Amino acid sequence: MIWFFLLSGLFLGWSLGANDAANVFGTAVGSKMVRFKVAALVASIFVILGAVISGAGAAHTLGKLGAVNALAGSFTVALAAAATVTWMTKLKLPVSTSQAIVGAIIGWNLFTGSPTDLNSLGKIVSTWVVSPVLAAVFSIILFRIFKVVLGRARIHMLELDAYTRVGLIVVGAFGAYSLGANNIANVMGVFVPASPFKDIVLPGSIRFSGTQQLFLLGALAIAVGIYTYSERVMRTVGNEVYKLTPVMALIVVLSESIVLFLFASESLEHWLVSHGLPPIPLVPVSSSQAVIGAVIGIGIAKGGKGINYGILGKIASGWITTPIAAALFSFVALFFVQNVFEQQVVRPVTYELSPAVIHKLEEKHIPVEHLKELEGQRFHNMSKFREALKEHEQLSESQLYQIFNIAQRDSFRIDSTIAEREMDPNHFTPEQIEAVKQLHGRVFVHKWQLDEALAQISPAWRLKPDKNVNKIYNKAIRKRRRELYLIFRVSQ
Amino acid sequence: MAFLFKKTKELESQIDEYLDCVVRGALLFRQGVKYYLEGRTDDFEGRLHDLDNLESRGDQLRRDIESKLYEQTLIPESRGDVLGLLESTDTVLNTMNETLLQFSVEIPEIIEELHPLYIELAEVSTSAVEAMVLAIRSYFRELAAVRDHINKVLFYEKESDKIAEKIKRLVFRKDDLRLSHKIHMRYFAYHIENIADDAEDVCDRLAIATIKRYL
Repeated sequence: MIWFFLLSGLFLGWSLGANDAANVFGTAVGSKMVRFKVAALVASIFVILGAVISGAGAAHTLGKLGAVNALAGSFTVALAAAATVTWMTKLKLPVSTSQAIVGAIIGWNLFTGSPTDLNSLGKIVSTWVVSPVLAAVFSIILFRIFKVVLGRARIHMLELDAYTRVGLIVVGAFGAYSLGANNIANVMGVFVPASPFKDIVLPGSIRFSGTQQLFLLGALAIAVGIYTYSERVMRTVGNEVYKLTPVMALIVVLSESIVLFLFASESLEHWLVSHGLPPIPLVPVSSSQAVIGAVIGIGIAKGGKGINYGILGKIASGWITTPIAAALFSFVALFFVQNVFEQQVVRPVTYELSPAVIHKLEEKHIPVEHLKELEGQRFHNMSKFREALKEHEQLSESQLYQIFNIAQRDSFRIDSTIAEREMDPNHFTPEQIEAVKQLHGRVFVHKWQLDEALAQISPAWRLKPDKNVNKIYNKAIRKRRRELYLIFRVSQ
Repeated sequence: MAFLFKKTKELESQIDEYLDCVVRGALLFRQGVKYYLEGRTDDFEGRLHDLDNLESRGDQLRRDIESKLYEQTLIPESRGDVLGLLESTDTVLNTMNETLLQFSVEIPEIIEELHPLYIELAEVSTSAVEAMVLAIRSYFRELAAVRDHINKVLFYEKESDKIAEKIKRLVFRKDDLRLSHKIHMRYFAYHIENIADDAEDVCDRLAIATIKRYL
């Protein structure tokens, strides 16, 4: 059954491979600079590497937008996104997998009553606008650099041709890696909370996480898409949509790849933060729109004549129509899957406004005066909890999001033997393990309670002040906390 | 990778060799006309023979380059232009060869007074060919220089027109010559002048091809 549910994600992966690989190798193959066989092999290998090695960053942001927690829910969300992409492609409307999946997740949030993290949504939507603009800026800069360098280098046309071929393959490999890293979240992101895979430790204590296995599977689907269908798309992209010289094609692919990489790379995020620079949000962006941005950049660098500005309006309309269509699709499909096929699209989660929770909410400056009437009540359904909250208090979406996180009931029992056995010393520091052991025998019903108890015992579990410099450190602590929840969770 | 670059280098030197043939052809033509007018028949025939060989070698090279460009799908964006350029350059070489051959076959009687003008015409026309070859070489390596060379070709072409016109005017104002003799002399001026015209045609193609190649 698990494998059946994964099918919609694999279908989405296949369609990504069929369509988006052309954004990386389309011009190279279409202009006969690189043979399709070479392009398909390089693209497949590097998409897989990118997805498995660097896919986690963008997937995490998508996961924060909405934690689709039941497999049938993930299936429906991915299916809705895939259907939106297929349908809009048929209508010849501009569409991107990234925008479709975001809409589909919001559809799930609406259907289940789960609050949407507006902070993450804001981040995601702003990157949609920024990514084509950034691609245009990069291509303008690269165009100028190439023009000066090639003007001075006096390279023979035939040598330039040979260098360009090699360049197209190398840059294509980088582009495919970035595509895998950035877009695997679209394909498999919704399956992460419901992933059937367990972590494997390979020889040489290399950890191959369940998420990475899931991403490998998704990337294989992308590779199948590349081999079975992308040739036709590549030839169309290369010959009809825009006519570029091979050197321009190289600039376009390079600009696009840099943009995809910027929004996917955790290592780059580390580097920026460690140099006191603001980090770039890790978000899945649309490779097609980045390509169009880069092509327009070239047009601007060449004096701005003959640019079809109408296409910009089309892209912008896609930012709105795609997510709305996908959200609607997702909502309706979830209704059917739940009520007609009787599948669980959302795992029941219990919420309770206990005195401790109310106190915590007060600390966060959330108005609780009227919420106190709900004290002691338990809710087993997201929608009902949301309705009850809204009846009693005027709350914004982001306040709701915080309340949902704080009021969510869980169950953790700390056991030092389990800590000894399950906490990998390569992963947790000795102080962290020691602090957990000190909590032996204690039971926690909220995640934040466990976090606070650990933070009180040891600085190794404390978050640092919320500044850019501390972002990576805090991210790592949060990741360890999530691992801890998995180890000590008691099934209710 | 080394294999790819080796083939590229090979083809590059073939193109260079082909262009060398055209330049050497121009020099042989100039010498040939000069020797003919000086009455040094053996030297003239020697140059004609050399030019003939050069023309065959040029044809062979051109065919080889063209098939390699297509077989190895090199420079897919520009190979149509390159092919056109090589073929129209071949026309220039052919025109020079044929014109010199006609001197040998028809043995035109050029009156002595016009010898300097014919020599000047041959020099200017072949200068156009030399500038044309430089323009083509620049097309492959240094686009910014193409324009300068094309300008020189256009200048030489105009000069050759003027000299040829001068020859024709002088010839047809001579009362002591037969009309057939006049027409024969005009015919040779016309053919030498044609070499510069052919070079100009090549440059017209080249100008467009260059715009297409600009980043």
